[in-house]
This record gives sequence, structure tokens and C-alpha cells, in this order.
Amino acid sequence: MTPRSDKSRKLLDFTVKAVSMGAALLGIFFLGWILFVVIQRGVAAISWDFFTKLPTPPGMEGGGVMNAIIGTVLMTGIATLLGVPTGVLAGVYLAEFGKHTRLGAWVRFTVNVLMGIPSIIIGLFVYSILVFPFGHFSGLAGGVSLAILMFPVVARTTEDMLSMVPNALREAALAIGNPRWMATLSILFRAAKSGLITGVLLSVARVSGETAPLLFTALNSPYMMKSLNEPVANLTVTIYQYAMSPYDDWNQVAWGASLVIMITVLLLNLTARLIVGGKKR
Amino acid sequence: MTAATDAAERLLRRRAAEVEEEDDDDNVRIDAFLHHFREEDKEDEAAPAKLSARNLNFYYGGQQALFENNLDIAEGKITAIIGPSGCGKSTHIRIYNRIFELYGNQRAEGEVLLDGKNLLDPGTDLIELRRRVGMIFQKPTPFPLSVFENVAYGLRLHFKMPKSELNGRVESALKKAALFEEVKDKLDKPGVALSGGQQQRLCIARTIALEPEILLMDEPTSAIDPVATRKVEELAESLKGNFTIAIVTHSMQQAARISDFTAFFYKGHIVEYGLTRELFTNPKQKQTEDYITGRFG
Ligand SMILES: Nc1ncnc2c1ncn2[C@@H]1O[C@H](COP(=O)(O)OP(=O)(O)O)[C@@H](O)[C@H]1O
Ligand SMILES: [Mg+2]
Repeated sequence: MTPRSDKSRKLLDFTVKAVSMGAALLGIFFLGWILFVVIQRGVAAISWDFFTKLPTPPGMEGGGVMNAIIGTVLMTGIATLLGVPTGVLAGVYLAEFGKHTRLGAWVRFTVNVLMGIPSIIIGLFVYSILVFPFGHFSGLAGGVSLAILMFPVVARTTEDMLSMVPNALREAALAIGNPRWMATLSILFRAAKSGLITGVLLSVARVSGETAPLLFTALNSPYMMKSLNEPVANLTVTIYQYAMSPYDDWNQVAWGASLVIMITVLLLNLTARLIVGGKKR
Repeated sequence: MTAATDAAERLLRRRAAEVEEEDDDDNVRIDAFLHHFREEDKEDEAAPAKLSARNLNFYYGGQQALFENNLDIAEGKITAIIGPSGCGKSTHIRIYNRIFELYGNQRAEGEVLLDGKNLLDPGTDLIELRRRVGMIFQKPTPFPLSVFENVAYGLRLHFKMPKSELNGRVESALKKAALFEEVKDKLDKPGVALSGGQQQRLCIARTIALEPEILLMDEPTSAIDPVATRKVEELAESLKGNFTIAIVTHSMQQAARISDFTAFFYKGHIVEYGLTRELFTNPKQKQTEDYITGRFG
């Protein structure tokens, strides 16, 4: 038996480090590239009209995607309204009440599976229960399908964030004579606040860019919606349709809409980071 | 009358006899000297039990951690719980407020009588129990709230009162915890921004604000500096009388300094229990003697 040479060990260490760092930098590289392309192509489409006008037929000057922006915001809003409270409550159950129970284990498993279901299947499912039976597409169905996507993400982050609160604080909150739910709401939530807000923001960012679930539910529309009970314009399906079209000006609009979504998602992520960062300092 | 005082008496009288021939004055002086201790012993021994553990067994899953514990916590006195690390001190007092039930796999068997009623009964109102039996933990655990709100929180939880009374009670609890002077300008600052010793006194303030009958302290000074430790000890001594205190400590000096009674735990058994003066000067069990003389632990 001879001792391994120090040199070869160091070389291996260096190689692994360099390769893994290269892989990590790949992430930054692609984000940079995507941003570059989207900004380069999309920025020309952005104008005041883009945010304040309705779409025009191909070949006609002007027009915008105001209806799609409003539709996306509204449907994301519905999803947040439905998905966040249910997700948070489910997370509370997983972390606090059902942590070691059999039901808890089942719910946790279900949530994980739900998170892995391709969004197009969620869209199809909602189509079969909220679109087909009523005979028309609707913004409400779109919101619901986004909510179903949001629910497991929020439930999981809530569970994770609450689980990160040390048991010492949980014990202290209960030792003062709190009922469990009250200890959770007034002490544990506060301790986990930044993580919870971050989780919600990231889940909003996640669903605001979804296309597939809307394709079968809200569809899209060139008009300003009058209610949520009709097809509702939205940015992602607009991108899908406009980018596939043979018209240059529509393609341009698709890039513009992409830019709007990218910036929104980026801003939501930055906000989430700021919240977490502010907490750490 | 306790053996410790008796032993002291024998010693003193023998000394007196050695120095010179019988002298009544000496005996009178010795009597007077011992009288004080005798009275204190008598008073301590006469204190009724506020809380009594009866045949208490405890299990972590399948692992038994406490064996047939029997212990009386005397009303208005300080009872110290000592013993080597891992002997079950924390486990024992964590039964008194049933905080162990937070964990699904922990189980207590036997009885703990609080004013004669078994608090382990399933019908016990845990919220009321925990108001009556407060707990201070090893590591300070301020709530993520302001200094003021840390104390006001429990008061709001258990009592309805006008804002002015709330302010008064918060202030008085902070004063009792010997913290008010240090934090009176920082009442709006987060509790976690205080020093470790201050945080621990904040936790004490927040607990005594509820006027519990019993105060459980699990090594309350092991995570704070000596000066803060002294403050917490003084605090415990000043609170005794109004509160019944059970304090877990790994410091025998601390037990000797502040407690009236001491229970010595070893491997989940209560080996010896009695007046602190007695247990430290005249231990009955070999294991107790070995522990207090520092032969292990
Ligand atoms: N959460 C737990 N799960 C399993 N065993 C535990 C747990 N907490 C403590 N124990 C065991 O119970 C025994 C008593 O522990 P503890 O009451 O914490 O001792 P002490 O407070 O006297 O240091 C130890 O053997 C310890 O390993
Ligand atoms: Mg302990």
C-alpha cells in the first residue's frame, strides 16, 4: 500500500470544482441569453399603445394587448385567491397537525404527485369539468386550472417553511397557553413570514407564465372580456398564437408579450430575494 | 429536625466540650445558633405539596426514559432537579405542563397531581394548565414580536383588559423580572434584538405576567453569561413564596444556592429527594454522594 500522492488528489479536487462551477455558470449563461434575445426582439413592440389598446388584425398599424394583460392579471388573481389560502392551510396541516399522521403522509404524497403532473393535463381536466359541460371556454376555468397548479407549490413551501421554525419556538408558543392553531398563526407564521411570502410570490411567478392550462380553459380572445364566463384574452396563449402566425407584426407582438412576462417574473423573483435577503441581514 | 442540623449540633457540642469543661453559656449559644436552621427546616418540611408525581413512567417511542418517579414539589418553595446529563431531568418536568405531547411518539404513564387533580387526565384543559404551570426553557425563546408584545401576548391570550391595565401589567412583569430598567426605551424593538441574558429574563417576564402558580425552569441559565445567571437566580429567589418553582440545573452550586429541596435523578430514577441542606451535607445514597462530590457527571 502506498499513500496516494497529494498532487493527484488536489488535481482531482480542482477538476471537480471547475466542472461543477462550469455547470452552474451554464444557468446564468442561458438566463442571460434568453433575456438578451427576448429584449432584443421584444423591445420594439413595447409602446404606450401596447399596454392600452386592443389587438388589431394583421397588417393594420397600432393596436396592443391590453385585454390580454388584464386577462392574465385577473386569472392569476383568481388563482392566487383560490390557490394560496388552500395551499397555506394544507401546508399548515402537513407541518403542524398531520405531521406524523397517516393522513398527513398521504396528503404529502398527493401534493408531490400533483406538483409533478404536466400542466397540460390539468388544463384538460378542467376542460372536462368546467368547459365542456357548459359548452364554452371561460376565464373562470382558466383561473381554476392555474389555482390547481398553484396549490401544491404553496402547500409544499408552507410546509417547508413552517418545518424550518425551530421546535423550541413552537414549544414556547404552546407553553404560554396557546391553542395550536393560534400558536401557528400568530407566532410560527410570523417567524416564517419571509419564507412564506417568498413562496407565494414564486408560485405566482410560476403560474403567470403558464400556457397549456389556459389553452383548454380560457382559450384567448381578441376582445375585451365582459365577464369571466367567456373566453378571456391572456398573454401566454397570445404569444402562442401570434408567434405561430405568418404575420411579421403579430410575431413582433408575441415577442413584446414575452418580454412583459419575463420582466414580471424577474421582478417577482427579485422581490422574493429582497424579502429573504432583508430578513437575513 | 434534620440529620444535617443534628450533625452540626453534635459537632459543635463536642468542640465546646473539648475546649473547656461544661459551660452552660456555650450550650445556650449553640441552641440559639441552631434554632434558626431548625425553624427553617421545620417550615420547609411543613410546606404542602403543590404538585406530586406518582409512579411516573415516560417513553420515547419504545424507549423508556423515566422509571416510577415519585416526587413532591413543595408549595412556595424552590425544588432543584439535579443529575448527570441525559438522566431525565428535562423529560420529567416536561410532563408537568404536558408540552411533550407536541410530539406524537412520546408517552407518559402514571399520575401528576396538581392540587390533588391528575393533570394527565385526558379531560384536562391544556390551555388553563399551561397558564397555571409556566415554563422557562434552556435557550431563550423570545417570540418574533416587540419586547412589549412578547409580554402582552400571553396576557391578551388569557385575559380581557383595558389597554391601560395591559400596559401596567407588562411593566410590572418586566420589573419583577428585573428587566424593566434595561428595556424601558426599547419596548418597541424586537425581542430577539436583546442580549441572551435579557432575552431569558424577557421569557421569564412573559411567563410570570400570567401569574402562574408553578414555574418550571429547564436549565434557565446554561445558555447565558455569569452576570445574567446571577440575575436569574436572584429573580428565582425573589419569586419564591408567590410561586412554586421547579428548576432543572446541572450546576450543584446553583442548586445549593437557591433551592429548598433537591431531587437527584440518575438514569431515569429519582435516587434521592429531600431538603437541599440535608441532601448536600448528608446524602443517604452512595450515588448521590458520588455525584455531589464530583466523582461522576
Ligand atoms: N426526543 C427524544 N427522543 C428520544 N429520546 C430522547 C429524546 N429526548 C431525550 N431523550 C432521551 O431521554 C433521556 C433523558 O433525556 P433528558 O430528559 O433530555 O435528560 P436531561 O435533561 O437530564 O439531560 C436521554 O437518554 C435522552 O437520550
Ligand atoms: Mg435537559
